[in-house]
Amino acid sequence: MLLISCPNCGPRDETEFHYGGQAHVAYPEDPNALTDEEWGRYLFYRENPKGLFAERWVHSSGCRKWFNAVRDTATYRIAAVYRMGETQPSVTGGAK
Amino acid sequence: MAEHTLIAPITEQRATELRRSPAEHLAAQFAAAEVTGPHSLALREVPFRTMVGLRVVPGTDAARRVEELLGTPLPGRCGGVAICLGNSVAAGSSVLWLGPDEFLVVSPLGSTVGPAEATARLVEALGTDPGSAVDLSANRTTFELAGKAARDVLEKGCALDLHPRAFAVGSAYVTQLGPVPVLLWKTGSETWEIFPRASFADYLGRWLLDAMREFHGAR
Repeated sequence: MLLISCPNCGPRDETEFHYGGQAHVAYPEDPNALTDEEWGRYLFYRENPKGLFAERWVHSSGCRKWFNAVRDTATYRIAAVYRMGETQPSVTGGAK
Repeated sequence: MAEHTLIAPITEQRATELRRSPAEHLAAQFAAAEVTGPHSLALREVPFRTMVGLRVVPGTDAARRVEELLGTPLPGRCGGVAICLGNSVAAGSSVLWLGPDEFLVVSPLGSTVGPAEATARLVEALGTDPGSAVDLSANRTTFELAGKAARDVLEKGCALDLHPRAFAVGSAYVTQLGPVPVLLWKTGSETWEIFPRASFADYLGRWLLDAMREFHGAR
């Protein structure tokens, strides 16, 4: 069981949260100008790193707010938690 | 020609007679599950309380008008509960923190201001600014679990630290009890109020009865 620190509620069990995939995927400025391939890349293509990964989580059984977390995909260690709209803090030391 | 069936409109009094609370069918089992002695436990449903869901961003003009109406600042942190001083919504109502911009106004039982009136007053205070006040009285029901062993029962299914040093009297947290999302409010040193959604009331009622069973033999 992961213990995830919600920026509003503090540390809570993983079962109170839902996962929202990769963070900081910007919506295209003008979707109509994209080719099918570019649109497909925006919709379906995501990073899959081994190590630190910025991702979105929502505290669905708590304050119901979205936030970002930097999680190590190999060790499950959560290196940083920050609110929506904040810039990603620089953290180092992910799995190689 | 089609015939019209005339149905008498349901009056408010008739509606009150007709309504059934979500865990009404468990009342006898709740009463039978009472434990006395060193591991005392009592469980009952407190149905039909007025609850108004309030969404407003603290610090805005709308929030200031709402705070004036309620007679208290909105709770500003997770677990916070504010007691309303004004009479305008309902004397003795509490404002529970659900999220940074989401609150639940809970009125005491037998309050003279009904849910429709309380909601209307809050809507009026919000004015045209962003925010909402919605009557959620039928969304949740209330279980009151009291007794010396109440914390032991809750600890079987709640991951929060329920020890008094972490969970003070008069605080309320949104969390899970077993698999059920609930709002857990500690109203006394040995009294907890549990707010599950109406559709989870039957399951959570039986879950609590099961969790209370071991203390029957321990008296």
